[in-house]
Amino acid sequence: MTNRWEHFHHQSDIGVRGIADTLAGAFEQAALALTAVVTDPAGVTAGEEVIIHCEAPDPELLLVDWLNAVIYEMAVRGMVFGGFTVHIDGQRLTAEARGEGVEVARHAPAVEVKGATYSGLQVGRNEAGEWVAQAVVDV
Amino acid sequence: MDTMRLERVREFEWRIPATGPMRVPGVIFASEQLLREMDDNVAHQVRNVASLPGIVGASYAMPDAHWGYGFPIGGVAAFDPAEGGVVSAGGVGFDISCGVRTLHTGLTRGDLQRVKAPLAQALYGAVPAGVGSTGTIHLSAHEMDAMLAGGAAWAVSRGWGRREDLPHIEEHGSMAGALPEAVSEQARKRQRNEMGTLGSGNHYLEVQEVEAVLDRDLAAAFGLHQGDVVMSIHCGSRGLGHQVATDYQRRMVNEAAREGRALPDRELAWAPIESELGTAYLGAMGAAINCALANRQIITALARDAFDAVIPGAQLSLLYDVSHNTCKRETHRVDGRERELYVHRKGATRAWGAGREGLPEGLKAVGQPVLIGGTMGTHSYILAGNSQDEGEGEAHGFSSACHGAGRAMSRRQATRTWNGRDVVKELETRGVLVRSPSLKGIAEEAPGAYKDVSAVVDATQRAGLARAVARLRPVVCIKG
Repeated sequence: MTNRWEHFHHQSDIGVRGIADTLAGAFEQAALALTAVVTDPAGVTAGEEVIIHCEAPDPELLLVDWLNAVIYEMAVRGMVFGGFTVHIDGQRLTAEARGEGVEVARHAPAVEVKGATYSGLQVGRNEAGEWVAQAVVDV
Repeated sequence: MDTMRLERVREFEWRIPATGPMRVPGVIFASEQLLREMDDNVAHQVRNVASLPGIVGASYAMPDAHWGYGFPIGGVAAFDPAEGGVVSAGGVGFDISCGVRTLHTGLTRGDLQRVKAPLAQALYGAVPAGVGSTGTIHLSAHEMDAMLAGGAAWAVSRGWGRREDLPHIEEHGSMAGALPEAVSEQARKRQRNEMGTLGSGNHYLEVQEVEAVLDRDLAAAFGLHQGDVVMSIHCGSRGLGHQVATDYQRRMVNEAAREGRALPDRELAWAPIESELGTAYLGAMGAAINCALANRQIITALARDAFDAVIPGAQLSLLYDVSHNTCKRETHRVDGRERELYVHRKGATRAWGAGREGLPEGLKAVGQPVLIGGTMGTHSYILAGNSQDEGEGEAHGFSSACHGAGRAMSRRQATRTWNGRDVVKELETRGVLVRSPSLKGIAEEAPGAYKDVSAVVDATQRAGLARAVARLRPVVCIKG
């Protein structure tokens, strides 16, 4: 199976889910799903790099912190990200997010993301043995 | 929702008996139809809230309640600090003090028709809206502190608006007890470019016409007549509020783990009101409320300038400003005595009745205006809070009412069902001019993606939570 992302149903907000053969890959895909709430990740030029660090006592909290760190960088830099490289070492995450400044005409952003919630929060393996990382984000 | 597990107490009030870990019962105010359309998760979340320490009376859901995270959207819960009561960042939500303000414009339907298009353009040009939009106001660290401490009163003191606006804002425009020092540097950075911006999603600025007066006396007291034109603004505390929620939810989750607190849902993490973390959160949340009040005050000033450019001499006076994501200390009569409680309203509006201290003189005799936002294509409503002497605090959900229509369909379903361009065209044929930078955002916010706001308001009135005063129809809508 290939690494991929998808959205899952929530009545008022949106669930983001990353699926990959590694935990770090699932986190990368979940962040792409987050970008896809705002704009099509394929339309983002991955030119500028931003380094992100997080640390949390368990993988689920690490996912919330990771998504919130990406949301924060999007908000303060006015950027969207089209590519992520994540390294996870125990409780520590280091990542490189690649993207560009939001251009309304080209990116046609739909909605801004306010934060990642602890709802629908899961990190683990599915029946096929792939890593799945998911949470609901508030928009 | 399966109604079999609920007791029908009155026609518009349904009770979930306290079982298991629930400390109090749950109460859902709704018609049978609205209740059937609610997700089962609403009842589940009402039960979870009922299990929190120090909860008083009941765990409530308003007629527009829908599945949220932790608390339901439309949830109301009051906690007594003297009984170990708690405060929950998830019980307020991300968009702290998101709310609605409505202003009289002094215009009538006929006046508006002559200037509708240029006014829409002027408002769209004046008020930054949508993802990535930035304001022109950039606050120094000192000014940011002053804004967080002063709210709309700060904005007025710096030239955005008029002193007479302030009594017509909850807390008179300035939330007491705000602690700017409890707001993180990250939260401040998120606000750096966002003062005076509308945001995105369901936020809007609308020019509306009073289509129908539903209570002649109350409408007269509010200065509303059929055919009058009003302007409403729906937005919140922007990035600062979102980051305050993120920061403190995380701290409450950490503390829950450290203290070994069993939580039915991590989103329900809490801190005792009388604790270091509880105090810090309440102070930071108060500062975020002030940020929202300042933001709506600045947008009001920008909109007034836009009106003045199109209709020289236009006078916009504030009817009222309500917030619907808050936790506030209030006095309520429970079990025959006055008690100081911390009332969480997450997607619910304070609805104080006549005589309540804190209302401005002109409104004290009739009750607080309760402003209910609809969608771009449906109605908004103005209600009035019910009198407290009709019963004890908990009989009215601690003086609370609905806050809007509530989503019936997810954003994803909406974009699969509608095309933004078609929605704009269809609304134009119905006399509504929509201006927005995002066609996808418009599809996500299509009127059909929401529940019937009229049914929600009808249930709110018939449950005794508030009285319907006037129905508004959108004419110009600026969407983020």
